[in-house]
Amino acid sequence: MLHKLVDLITSLKLTIVCLAAGMALIFAGTLAQVHLGIHEAQQRYFQSMFVWWPPEGHGFRIPIFPGGHLIGAVLLINLIAAHVKRFRWTWRKLGIHLTHAGLIIMLAGALFTDLFAVESHMRLSHGDTKNFSEDMRDTELAVIDTSGDDLDQVTAIPDTVLRHNRVIDHWSLPFRIVVRNFYQNSRLKMLSQTGEGTRPIANQGPGAMIAVEPVARATAPDERDVPSAAIEILPKDGGSLGTWLVSDALGAPQTFACGGRTWMVTLRPARYYKPYSVTLQKFTHEKYAGTEIPKNFSSKVTLIDPERSVDRDVLIYMNHPLRYRGETFYQAGFQPDDSATILQVVHNPSFIAPYVACVIVAAGLLVQFGFHLVGFSRQRRRAIA
Amino acid sequence: MKRFLPWIILAFAVVLIAPSWMPPKTAKDDFDFSNFGEIPVLVGGRVKPLDTVARNSLLIIHGKQELRLEDGKRLSAMQWLTDVLFNAPVADQYPVFVVQNSDVLGLFGWQQSDRKYFSFAEFAPFLKQIDEQAAQSDKLEAVQRSAYQSAILNLRNGLSLYQRLKNSIQPEGAQNFAAELHQFESAVPGAAKAARERAMGEDFDKAKLDDVAQMIQRYERLSEMAYVLAVPPFERNGEWHSVGDSLLRSVATGEIHPIVAEDALIGDAYRADDRMLFNQHAQLITDWFGKEQPNTTKRASFEFLFNRLQPFSQSMTLYVLAFLLACASWLGSSTLLRQSAFYILLLALAIHTFGLVSRMYLQERPPVTNLYSSAIFIGWGAVIVALILERIFRDGIGAACAGAIGFVTLIIAHHLAGSGDTLEMLQAVLDTNIWLATHVVAITTGYSAMFLAGMLAIIYVVRGVFTTSLKKQTADSLARMTYGVVCFATLFSFVGTVLGGIWADQSWGRFWGWDPKENGAVLIVLWCAIILHARWGGFIRQRGLMIMALFGNIVTSFSWFGVNMLGVGLHSYGFMQKAFPWLVGFMISQLALMAVAAMPLDRWRSFQTARVPSPGERPQISPAPSAG
Repeated sequence: MLHKLVDLITSLKLTIVCLAAGMALIFAGTLAQVHLGIHEAQQRYFQSMFVWWPPEGHGFRIPIFPGGHLIGAVLLINLIAAHVKRFRWTWRKLGIHLTHAGLIIMLAGALFTDLFAVESHMRLSHGDTKNFSEDMRDTELAVIDTSGDDLDQVTAIPDTVLRHNRVIDHWSLPFRIVVRNFYQNSRLKMLSQTGEGTRPIANQGPGAMIAVEPVARATAPDERDVPSAAIEILPKDGGSLGTWLVSDALGAPQTFACGGRTWMVTLRPARYYKPYSVTLQKFTHEKYAGTEIPKNFSSKVTLIDPERSVDRDVLIYMNHPLRYRGETFYQAGFQPDDSATILQVVHNPSFIAPYVACVIVAAGLLVQFGFHLVGFSRQRRRAIA
Repeated sequence: MKRFLPWIILAFAVVLIAPSWMPPKTAKDDFDFSNFGEIPVLVGGRVKPLDTVARNSLLIIHGKQELRLEDGKRLSAMQWLTDVLFNAPVADQYPVFVVQNSDVLGLFGWQQSDRKYFSFAEFAPFLKQIDEQAAQSDKLEAVQRSAYQSAILNLRNGLSLYQRLKNSIQPEGAQNFAAELHQFESAVPGAAKAARERAMGEDFDKAKLDDVAQMIQRYERLSEMAYVLAVPPFERNGEWHSVGDSLLRSVATGEIHPIVAEDALIGDAYRADDRMLFNQHAQLITDWFGKEQPNTTKRASFEFLFNRLQPFSQSMTLYVLAFLLACASWLGSSTLLRQSAFYILLLALAIHTFGLVSRMYLQERPPVTNLYSSAIFIGWGAVIVALILERIFRDGIGAACAGAIGFVTLIIAHHLAGSGDTLEMLQAVLDTNIWLATHVVAITTGYSAMFLAGMLAIIYVVRGVFTTSLKKQTADSLARMTYGVVCFATLFSFVGTVLGGIWADQSWGRFWGWDPKENGAVLIVLWCAIILHARWGGFIRQRGLMIMALFGNIVTSFSWFGVNMLGVGLHSYGFMQKAFPWLVGFMISQLALMAVAAMPLDRWRSFQTARVPSPGERPQISPAPSAG
């Protein structure tokens, strides 16, 4: 029994089945991007154990195909197990060993990246200084205690908590927050512009004059959801401070008083704070003469890190990112009127894996096919002679 | 005598293509369009000869690089453009605009007939309507547009390009433009004085000011419309301007740029049918450029030569010839025909290489920068590998593959060129020669190898099933070639794909983003891995290898073209709806061949007659190394 299992795990047939399943999955996942958008298709097909049908819960759902994580994991196990079982050192097999070792590094690196990499954005107008980047999809409900003399105390509640928890009770807050409504993607309209019969979902602040319309989730790569929620503030010593509308589409935070302190509340893109700051000096957008074809984008920024006594100007441009303290800043986009730059900020501890893997695999393939070629030409020479 | 047959055939091929390499002769008393066409201008961010502008514009509007009038007279692109620039009323009557969509014709109340070319004059009453309809479809993404919407948008773009061309060198309909400029130049100082006086609150000559103000308005319109920037800077890294722009600048300097003045004289001479004067002033401009901008001029006249030679269409002819000779060599008098095919292929490859290198020189880029150049390069790479195979095996198979792939890829390139300038400037993110030279070249070399393996499999199946010419030795050679080429493809596809990931890591901040083009590339790598493992594991033999290589054609064509048709992702440059039926047709043909190859071996004509053990049953030729 165990013997059979080991045979199965180390078999070449399993490798081929996994590769073929991988091809089918990638093909289907690529076609699915047309309707789902890249991000959604990626989650459903590639970053999952199974592809489910129907995709959104209708009470029941069944797995119809192994997902990217499952196929990748089986392939990785198969690869390692086969090598452990059959490993025998000969020069003739050097190429094969190198190739597969490189592939193991690459697959493991990909898994690491999937698990630990964080991508975020930093949007800077001219002269702006920021010490945080913002998530491209996730939002957070920030509750800010502004009573401190020079420091604000921020309590950030991720949108996943808002979505699932009706009541939020946190030790740092003298009140409970009850989520009355939550919309993953929404559009806000002034009540005066909508027809009769629409009612606000909040009764405090500007939210009392705004209607919230749910909309389908964004699929285009450059669009993001606009989540909105109605939250009621219930002081822990009793009573209610009313219902407030919080939304990514509302600009300024809203203020209220509770427990003798002043609080601000806002639903904003989730933030990642950094121990250093970045200031935009100048954003440049060049075009080829007489055309609208972009020639180059670049952002000149000042990087200030008191901890490491760094204060220098850096030019970030296409194909030339800034790497600093485990994070990488890329020129990702810009405001249509060139007034602001958008930097992509990536924290990826295993970014080096593919570089190493590529070199090892390429060397392995060269050695392997080189052996074939030499053997082949010897054979031919003998045949001719 | 027979020994010389290959050389005779080669000589015949040289004679076939020689005429295009001869310098053209213009009769002394005719318009010298080639001299005029060599003049450099700036369009689309790149300095190019006027001839390129003419060819590309006519290609966009008309779908061809030559215009045939209803009376059968042929106009070269330069002849057409000269009319558009200087003699709009005549050009307006030429049937250049292609409309084949019956809904678009119906919009104007026209019934569809066998006529598909229409003149600007015919559309003139409907311009506003066309604009409105096009604006509606412009709001949609290319993938979402219906056939009608794409057609009306194309028509609008063609018409607008045409109108901009008409206002590039002089205002449309100007009759005596040189005189007008002369008057403008002499009126400017007086007007400037009047303007100063007005600003100071003194008495000023209103008539003088009004004259010039009117002209300035006219030149402002001209500068807004201009498509061609024809006026070069005096200093090396200065900016190019359109004629209208340059004239507006003259108001400040008081001087008209010599090129503007010369262009005006050329236009007047053309309308007056004064050939001597036209040629004389065209020569003056080329002389001016040769003296002031030697480098620009050298490049532009080389591009002019390149346009005229059309190296890729010459290679195309030769590839067909070589393919036919190679196939014929399997029927009889094999050695001589095979050698002829080989020589002709060398000639074709030389011309192909000349074209490829010329493009690199003109663009100052690695060979592949867009879909068009990828087709050129894939063909080039496959032809070289196939010729090496031919050199080793000497059985006509490599030669046949080289001919077929060279021809087909150049045909594909020819059809991809319809969108205009194939030497276009690169988007900012692509502006890096290192990655274009490594990632893109490796990936396209991988495509070449995959198609070559597929072509070898096609030969195996077609010769094996439909003829009796597939002997055991040939079959074995084919299998060895296919296996070697798949190994080659694996190496390049893998390295190319990973280099692409590293480039993405450098420019977008992630190694892998599941973008369609990335997925397409990895599909090829996976398919290669499956083929190699299946062979190493002994799951497939000769015939299985061939069937899998055929499927490789499908995977590669999906990766090359299919993913671009999805219209998603960062790589989705060059969307082409028109190619879709062709792609599907190609895939179906490959599936059909796979089905044919899967027939029982006693139905294969070659194996029926030979009565040797079928290749599927025989042990492998080369010892298969076991895989991990």
